[in-house]
Amino acid sequence: MKKYIIQSIRLTLVLLVLLCVIYPISVAFIGKMSKGSGGGEKITKNGKTVGYALLGQSFTKPEYFWGRPSAVAYNAAGSAGSNKGPSNPDYLKEVQSRIDTLLKYNPGIKKSDIPADMVTASGSGLDPNISEQGAAIQIQRVAKARNIDEKKVKELIAMNTLKPFMGVFGPSSVNVLKLNIALDEL
Amino acid sequence: MNTELTGIIATFLLTLAIAIPLGKYLAKVFAGEKVWTDFLKPLETGIYKLSGINIKEQMNWKQQLKALLTINILWLFYGFFVLIFQDKLPFNPDGNPGMTPDLAFNTIISFVANCNLQHYSGESGVSYLTQQYVLMFLQFVSAATGIAAAVVLFKAFRDKTTTELGNFWEFFVKSITRLLLPLSFVMALILTFNGTPASYDGKDKFISLQGDTVNVSRGPAAQMIAIKHLGTNGGGYFGANSAHPFENPSYFTNMAELIAQVIIPIAMVIAFGYFIRRKKLAWTIFGVMTIGLFMLLLPMLSSELGGSPALAKMGISQTTGAMEGKEVRFGLAASAYWATVTTIISTGSVNSMHDSTMPMSGTWQLLGMMINSFYGGCGVGLLNYFIYLIVAVFISGLMVGRTPEFLGHKVEAREIKIAAIITLLSPFLILAGTAIASYIFTNHGDAAWAVQPKNWLNNPGFHGFSEMLYEMTSSNANNGSGFEGLGDNNIFWNLSTGIVIFIGRFLPIIGPVAIAGLLGAKKFIPESAGTLRTDTKTFALMTFAVILVLNALSYFPALALGPLAEYFTMLK
Repeated sequence: MKKYIIQSIRLTLVLLVLLCVIYPISVAFIGKMSKGSGGGEKITKNGKTVGYALLGQSFTKPEYFWGRPSAVAYNAAGSAGSNKGPSNPDYLKEVQSRIDTLLKYNPGIKKSDIPADMVTASGSGLDPNISEQGAAIQIQRVAKARNIDEKKVKELIAMNTLKPFMGVFGPSSVNVLKLNIALDEL
Repeated sequence: MNTELTGIIATFLLTLAIAIPLGKYLAKVFAGEKVWTDFLKPLETGIYKLSGINIKEQMNWKQQLKALLTINILWLFYGFFVLIFQDKLPFNPDGNPGMTPDLAFNTIISFVANCNLQHYSGESGVSYLTQQYVLMFLQFVSAATGIAAAVVLFKAFRDKTTTELGNFWEFFVKSITRLLLPLSFVMALILTFNGTPASYDGKDKFISLQGDTVNVSRGPAAQMIAIKHLGTNGGGYFGANSAHPFENPSYFTNMAELIAQVIIPIAMVIAFGYFIRRKKLAWTIFGVMTIGLFMLLLPMLSSELGGSPALAKMGISQTTGAMEGKEVRFGLAASAYWATVTTIISTGSVNSMHDSTMPMSGTWQLLGMMINSFYGGCGVGLLNYFIYLIVAVFISGLMVGRTPEFLGHKVEAREIKIAAIITLLSPFLILAGTAIASYIFTNHGDAAWAVQPKNWLNNPGFHGFSEMLYEMTSSNANNGSGFEGLGDNNIFWNLSTGIVIFIGRFLPIIGPVAIAGLLGAKKFIPESAGTLRTDTKTFALMTFAVILVLNALSYFPALALGPLAEYFTMLK
C-alpha cells in the first residue's frame, strides 16, 4: 500500500510536468502562428478593434442587421443559453413579443417569413450568425434606414454568406458583424 | 440530399474510418507488440524511472484496483485544495475567487470521475491554474484510468487461466503517451488554427460597432477542449461549452469534436476483440452498440427537425427546426447528432442546450445516459457493457438449462451477485436521488441555501421535474451534461451529485474488474457443441433485449413523470 502511495505521488508530479506544462505551452507556442496569434481573431475598422470574428454582438439600431436574441445580452465575459423548456409559458410569451417586435420594425414581412432562429436565443448567447432567411426579412428595413438600393444590400448579404462546409456539409449562415461592417463601409 | 444530413453521415463514416484502425493499434500497444509509435518508449521509460515503477511487476485484480484507487484518491485531495485556494495561487489574471468547500467537493469528484458536471462557469469560477493544473490534468488521467481498467479486463480473457493481469501503471502511462497526448496535440492545433484561443492572454475589452463596451473572456482553451473530447470528459473551458464560438468555431471544428469524442470508445471495443483474439465477439458488441446509437439518434432527429409545436402555433417558419439553445453554424442535424453521442458515450459536452430541446429528445438523451454503454465513456463504456453481457449470459444459461459460461470460464454465484449489485446501483442512485430532490423542492422550499429549493427550477411543471431527473442521471452516468436551467450551485446539489458521481464511477469500475479477475483465474473449459457462444447474432439480440428490459423496467415511471408527460401535454 505504502509503495502505491509513493508511486502515485511521483507519477502525478511527472505527469503534471508533461501534461500541464510541456503540452499546453507547446500548443500555445505553435498557436502564435494562427490568425489572431492564438488569442482569437480580431476585426478592425479604421485601425480600431470593433470585435472578434467569432463572437456575435448586440445590434439594435434599424440601420444594422440584427443578430439572434441572446440570454447574456452578448456579454462575452460570460456565455449561456436561456435554458427555457419548450412548454414554459413565460418563454412562449417572450417569443411572441419577439415576433411582434420583428413585425413592427420590418414592414412588409409576414409572420410565416420569420425563421425560428430570429426569435429564439442561441446556445452560447454569442452566436455570430443568422440564417439566410433571417437576413432576408431585414433587407427592406436596412435599405430604407440607410437610403440605399435593396439590390445593393442583397449583394452584401451574398458576399457575407458562409456556404456549407466544402459545399456539401452543414447549413449556410450569414455573419452579422461582417455584414454590418460591409454596410458601414459603403 | 439536404446538406445537414450529409454532414452527419460524413461525420459518422469518418469516425469509423479512424476508430477501427485505432482499435487494432491499441490492441497491439497494450499487448506490447511492435507499433510505429515505439519511438516514444524512452519517454515512457523515463516516466517509470522517475516514478519508481517497475512494469515487469505483475498485479492480480486486487492489486490493480488498489493502485487505481490510491492514485485517484490522491488526485481528490490535491485538486480539492487547489480549488479552494485558487484565489491565493498564481495564474489568476481575471481575479476569480476561491471555491466554496461544497462546490470544490463537487467539482473535484466530478473531474476525477471523468464526469465533468460543472456547477461553476469557466469564465468566472476558476483560474487559469485550476483550468490547466487541475481540470485539464484530470481530464487526461481520468480517461487513462478508465482505459487502463478496461485493459485489465482484456488481460483476464487473453490467456486460458491467469491471475497475472499485467501492470496497472504501464497501461495507465501508455494510455496517455501512446493515445491521449498525441491525439490531443493534433486536435488542439486543429482547433487553434480554426480560431480557438490557445494563448495565456487574459481578458480583452473592445468597443463594438454600435458603441457598447464588451469584455471578452479568453485563455488557453484549445488544449483543454482537445482532451475534453478525446477523453470523453466533456468539461468545457467556457460556460456554454462547445456551443461557445471560441470553443467550437465552425462546422468543421464541430465535425472534428464529434469525431474526437467517439473514436476511443469505439476503438476500445475493437481493441478488446483483437487483444483476446476473438475478433467476431468485438464486431458483435460493436453491432449492438451501433444499433443502439441509431435507435436513439433517428427519433431525436425527427423530433428536433420537426420544430417546436408551440412555436408552430404562433405561425413562424421552422424550416430549420427547433432553434432555441442551438447555434446557426451547426444547424439542427449536427446538434441532434451531438446530443445523441454526448449522452450515449459519457462525454457530456454540449453544442446546444439540452434543457431547451423538445420533450421527446429529452427522453432519448436520458435513456442514452441510463443505458450508458452504447460505446460509453473511455474504457468504462466497455466495462458497463460487460455487466450487461454477464447478465445476458446468466439469463440465457437459465433459459437453456446449462451452466452459464463466458469465454470458457464458468459464471457462478459470486460473479452474478457482483453483476446484480452493479445493475441495481444505477436505478437506485438516480431514482432515490431524484426522489429526495423532489421531496426537498416540495416540502422545504425555503431552506436557506445559496439557491433556495423553490427557485431551483428554471421551468415549471413536468419540465422542472425533468431538470432534476436529468441532473441525477447525468451524475450517475458520469456524463456531466445538464439541463442547465437547474440552480445547482448550492449545498444540496453539490453534495448529493458529488456522492452519486463518486459511487457511480468507482463501483462500476471495481465490479467488472473483479468479475473479470475472478473468471480469469478459473479453470478454462474448452468450447464444445454444448457451449453457449457469445459471438453470435442470437446472443447479440439477447444482450440487446437484456439492456432494453432492464432499463425500461427501471426508468419508465420516472420518464413518464418528466419528458413523456410534457410531450403529451404539448400535443394538446
